[in-house]
Amino acid sequence: MRLADTEVVDTFAEAFPMWGSRIVITAESPAWAHEAARSLSGFATSVIGCKCEAGIERELDPTETPDGRPGASALLFASDREGLAKRLVERIGQSVLTCPTTACFNGLDGPETVDVGGQLRFFGDGYQASKVLDGRRYWRVPVMEGEFLVEERFAVAEGVAGGNIIVLGRDIAGALRATEAAAAAMRTVRDVILPFPGGIARSGSKVGSRYSGLVASTNDALCPTLRAQVPHTDVPPDVGSVFEIVIDGLTFEAVRDAMARGLEAAAGAGASHVTAGNYGGNLGPHHIDLRGLVPGLRDD
Amino acid sequence: MALTLTLREPPTVPLETEGLSPDRLAGFHSGEIEALTVWHGNRRAQLADFFTVSGDGDEELRMEGDLRRVKFLGAGMSGGRLIVAGDAGMHTGADMRGGELVVEGDVGDFAGTGMRGGRLVVRGSAGHQLGGAQTGERAGMRGGEILVHGDAGDQVGAGLRRGLIAVAGRMGDAAGLRMLAGTIVALGGVGAQLGAAMRRGTIVAMSQVTLLPTFAFACSYRPPFLRLYLHHLRALGLPLADDQIEGRYARWSGDGLELRRGEILILEAGG
Repeated sequence: MRLADTEVVDTFAEAFPMWGSRIVITAESPAWAHEAARSLSGFATSVIGCKCEAGIERELDPTETPDGRPGASALLFASDREGLAKRLVERIGQSVLTCPTTACFNGLDGPETVDVGGQLRFFGDGYQASKVLDGRRYWRVPVMEGEFLVEERFAVAEGVAGGNIIVLGRDIAGALRATEAAAAAMRTVRDVILPFPGGIARSGSKVGSRYSGLVASTNDALCPTLRAQVPHTDVPPDVGSVFEIVIDGLTFEAVRDAMARGLEAAAGAGASHVTAGNYGGNLGPHHIDLRGLVPGLRDD
Repeated sequence: MALTLTLREPPTVPLETEGLSPDRLAGFHSGEIEALTVWHGNRRAQLADFFTVSGDGDEELRMEGDLRRVKFLGAGMSGGRLIVAGDAGMHTGADMRGGELVVEGDVGDFAGTGMRGGRLVVRGSAGHQLGGAQTGERAGMRGGEILVHGDAGDQVGAGLRRGLIAVAGRMGDAAGLRMLAGTIVALGGVGAQLGAAMRRGTIVAMSQVTLLPTFAFACSYRPPFLRLYLHHLRALGLPLADDQIEGRYARWSGDGLELRRGEILILEAGG
């Protein structure tokens, strides 16, 4: 298939269920809200090595936040509900509670909730106090700066992780330019995050390894330097570099929408090829076909 | 047209109407409503002896007429919306569990006492013991919200255990007396003995306050939770200016004769 001058492989992305939550952070300035969100979502590129995946969803205008201050929303995903609850307590406790002027709120509606502020309150060593407003309980934790406000319960919901597109180019500069354009387009979609640095991974992985104990290793079929070495390669002869964008979202539709915008943007920015990663359809229940993803795709 | 009960003329002695709320009248036809028991002084009577019933519907109940001598309007209601088109008597909204009760005029004493949920809105002023404790009980209001657009009498939120009381006008003496927790917001002036014997909870004052000597100054700051509360109250129609929401507040801890875990937050001029 082709989209403009880009060849689009007739394949699909294979995604998995993951539990997700939205954390709304507010602060006296957009810069401090962003700083806390950046810290909270740091070292959270992949569940394989980080126990969770996280990213900043978007900056929030004061009119969009519970306390009328500038803010940022981040999404955090983990493999199960209990794991997500632990990561929320750890990350909000270490990255938001500690960050100047911030407050932290649940940003998701839903029937399933986990206790976050109710755990962090103990930092107050008995001087903490709670407030209940409109059916929601908040904890006021005294800190040296003043007071940290955190909502007691955060909603968690089953989301979709591992949506992806893989962008190929003739060299690093060209491939990266197209992938950056795709990542920028994807960031306009709500309810999704791109957990890798700048939204882009240069080291896509395959399941397993020749070394025992490693659950993932380099995706050799997409490494241009190994094209002449491996038994099977997916790198076309004129391709010198490959990048991947992984998308985690609160809904299947949001992940699909992000993939569609990314595909269009990558093609518009000169990607030679776009494909997607899957495991033959045997692992993840969510399959997102590149065919039909955007209008204008035509068969060769 | 919403189900409407119109009081034909003011009763000579107080009329007690416990149970007149939209959730309890839901599904009743007009004959059943007219046959409901009310107490006229110490005499049992029927609702039809005093009220004309018109309209229908389960979600909203409207009360009309001069209801100043009608007690317990909306007492114990747990859902729906009750509108009192004018003044209401004592114990209005007492023991409420849910729903919304809007009084377009004034309410008498003991409004919202023992309340556990829902929202009581008074467009006029309220009497004494707003959101206080039922007779013989230690704890007052245990949940829900009371918003008064006018003034309120003495002992607002006495024994308050949980919930929010906000008064746009002036509060009388001893607001927050013996309060256990919860939040009182005074947008107008406050009387003497504010927070006397309070154990926990928050009183917010937007005017000059003469505090009891058993309260101690802690610091001046912008309480993060307060922005949440004040935005909430503004959204519900109370007149809150930006400098009240974003201002600095002096935090006083007390009452020192009790746990000293309560707080009075006083808006600082030019904060």
